[in-house]
Amino acid sequence: MKIAVCVKQVPAKDAPLHIAPDGTWIRETDISFEMNEPDSYALEEALRLKEKHGGEVVAISLGPERAKQTLKEALAKGADRAIHIADEEFYRLDPLAAAQALARALEPERCDLVLTGLQSDDHGFGQTGVLLAELLGLPHATIIMSIEVQDGSLRLKRELEAGWFQWIELPLPALLTIQSGINKVRYATLKGIMAAKKKEIRTIPRTELLPSLAPTQKLERIYVPEKTKKTEFLQGPPKEVAAKLLEKLKHEARVLGSS
Amino acid sequence: MRILLIAEQRQGKWNKVSFETLAAAQQLATETGGRLVAALPGQGIRALAEELAGYRLDEVLVVEHERLEPYTADGFTLALRQLIEREAPELVLLPHTYQVRDFAPKLAAALGRALLADCIGYRYENGRVVFVRQMFQGRTAADVTFAGPPPWLATIQAGAFRADQLERGSSPAPVRAVSVELSPEQIRVRPGELFREAKQAVDLTQAPVIVAVGRGIKEKENIALAEKLAKLLGGELAASRPICDEGWLPMERQIGSSGQTVAPKLYIALGISGAIQHVVGMKGSRTIVAINKDPNAPIFEIADYGIVADLFEIVPALNEALEQSASS
Ligand SMILES: Cc1cc2nc3c(=O)[nH]c(=O)nc-3n(C[C@H](O)[C@H](O)[C@H](O)COP(=O)(O)OP(=O)(O)OC[C@H]3O[C@@H](n4cnc5c(N)ncnc54)[C@H](O)[C@@H]3O)c2cc1C
Ligand SMILES: Nc1ncnc2c1ncn2[C@@H]1O[C@H](COP(=O)(O)O)[C@@H](O)[C@H]1O
Repeated sequence: MKIAVCVKQVPAKDAPLHIAPDGTWIRETDISFEMNEPDSYALEEALRLKEKHGGEVVAISLGPERAKQTLKEALAKGADRAIHIADEEFYRLDPLAAAQALARALEPERCDLVLTGLQSDDHGFGQTGVLLAELLGLPHATIIMSIEVQDGSLRLKRELEAGWFQWIELPLPALLTIQSGINKVRYATLKGIMAAKKKEIRTIPRTELLPSLAPTQKLERIYVPEKTKKTEFLQGPPKEVAAKLLEKLKHEARVLGSS
Repeated sequence: MRILLIAEQRQGKWNKVSFETLAAAQQLATETGGRLVAALPGQGIRALAEELAGYRLDEVLVVEHERLEPYTADGFTLALRQLIEREAPELVLLPHTYQVRDFAPKLAAALGRALLADCIGYRYENGRVVFVRQMFQGRTAADVTFAGPPPWLATIQAGAFRADQLERGSSPAPVRAVSVELSPEQIRVRPGELFREAKQAVDLTQAPVIVAVGRGIKEKENIALAEKLAKLLGGELAASRPICDEGWLPMERQIGSSGQTVAPKLYIALGISGAIQHVVGMKGSRTIVAINKDPNAPIFEIADYGIVADLFEIVPALNEALEQSASS
């Protein structure tokens, strides 16, 4: 089975975010980046499918130069090769353009299965995978929590709201968007990291795949959201803060007994 | 602006975010001055469509076809594409449900148009609608506008608009059946049964106090600290999704869109950032306390009391104070 996995590089979870002067992205200096969380689950799932059924895993990322680091991580974990769609200003792309670039790079690969995460932690469009499925003409299923391959088709567990699930079946080739928690993600081993050095990362400029842009949506500005509730902040040494909080909960909010 | 609202039902039951989205659609129709039409796709849904017609809108379209029940992304995309091309709305509003997440991007790509997903508000200024959505897991908000020709698609997050602000019509709106064409080979997905995992052993919805832990708890062993706090307060322990993904607590203790929705008297969030998928499951709590070392964590936007500190310093102090008051 030939499997492509879309991995996006996003700011690390604990990175302090500052809005860049042009107001549409964050300042990228001094912060670290990591593989988007659901994408690391998608990668793990691809590696497990390959281990079980044989084949090849191709990792693909659209992003600036730094995105190569995420592709190297995918290679170190066991992906066979990688495609980097280079665009220093990738953050200006609308989701349809990003999906078009990914689709054009993936078309000639003729994969049996394409995996993406269900949502990115930075833009959070929540749609790139499904857009890609339509552009590649593939059937798709979203928010997947388990994959079984049965000759020529897939049996999938889809997550729904409020603790509900659904079994569904799809013919191959197909595209799936993967939810966090579907598996236990592996760490890269030293051997894997060494082996990755010999693996191919092919770079294609985004402008080669998608020379002109016809944006369908425009990000005007990003900003720190206004608070909707008046939060009372309690300060002081731990002991004092704890006492203050319990006092407030008893006498102000009246949510604790005052015994 | 001509607005088309797509309401959601499953097996004859409403997804209630449909009504919140209808409230947004009514406000937008009033402000921009335009027709508001609601469409309901499915099969055997006439009665639900009549119910929808009681609200203030211009028309209700019943999109019935035997291949629209059960739901498939293929079926819904094909049907709604025909509907949109025929009715030519400018703005198509949908509730941001898991079902809509599954087909709306496909519909947008098929139409070659934009989808603004997960909007939490809008502003109508200088003749155009600016939608507000979140980025960076709620750490920033973003103003987004449509570019290019209509139709434009947008989805509305749960809890962003209030269904109790819906206006009823003076008389029922006309209900019209519209036909769509779907052939069996166009539907590639074979949907199966809906199910829940093993029976829930705890009912968090009944707990008066909930102490919830997020990734800030760092390690499984540290959960004992929060468990002690929950016990001392006579409450239950709960968690954000990553904690359950790790298997540190069972799924049944997960709060949020894919877990439980709770509204206790007191909700204490320990090391939880406040991503929207978590917040929709607990923002109805009467009093919310957040302990987080990041002063900009979005959880503080909805907290009544906030403590910007290391939870490993504050929680032991809270436990100690509670133990002392219990023994005195
Ligand atoms: C379709 C979908 C459904 C989802 N469903 C759910 C759901 O049902 N429930 C859910 O919770 N999530 C859900 N999520 C995931 C959600 O988007 C977030 O990723 C998740 O809620 C983040 O969990 P967290 O706050 O524990 O972790 P993080 O976002 O990593 O936050 C950890 C927080 O801990 C703080 N912290 C770290 N160390 C300390 C310390 N020592 N003291 C104090 N604070 C500290 C940090 O400042 C940070 O704010 C869903 C996502 C999607 C896309
Ligand atoms: N620039 C990108 N490079 C690679 N994959 C991406 C990129 N953007 C989005 N994706 C994939 O699409 C998923 C959904 O992203 P989004 O639509 O931004 O929420 C992510 O989890 C990735 O798997």
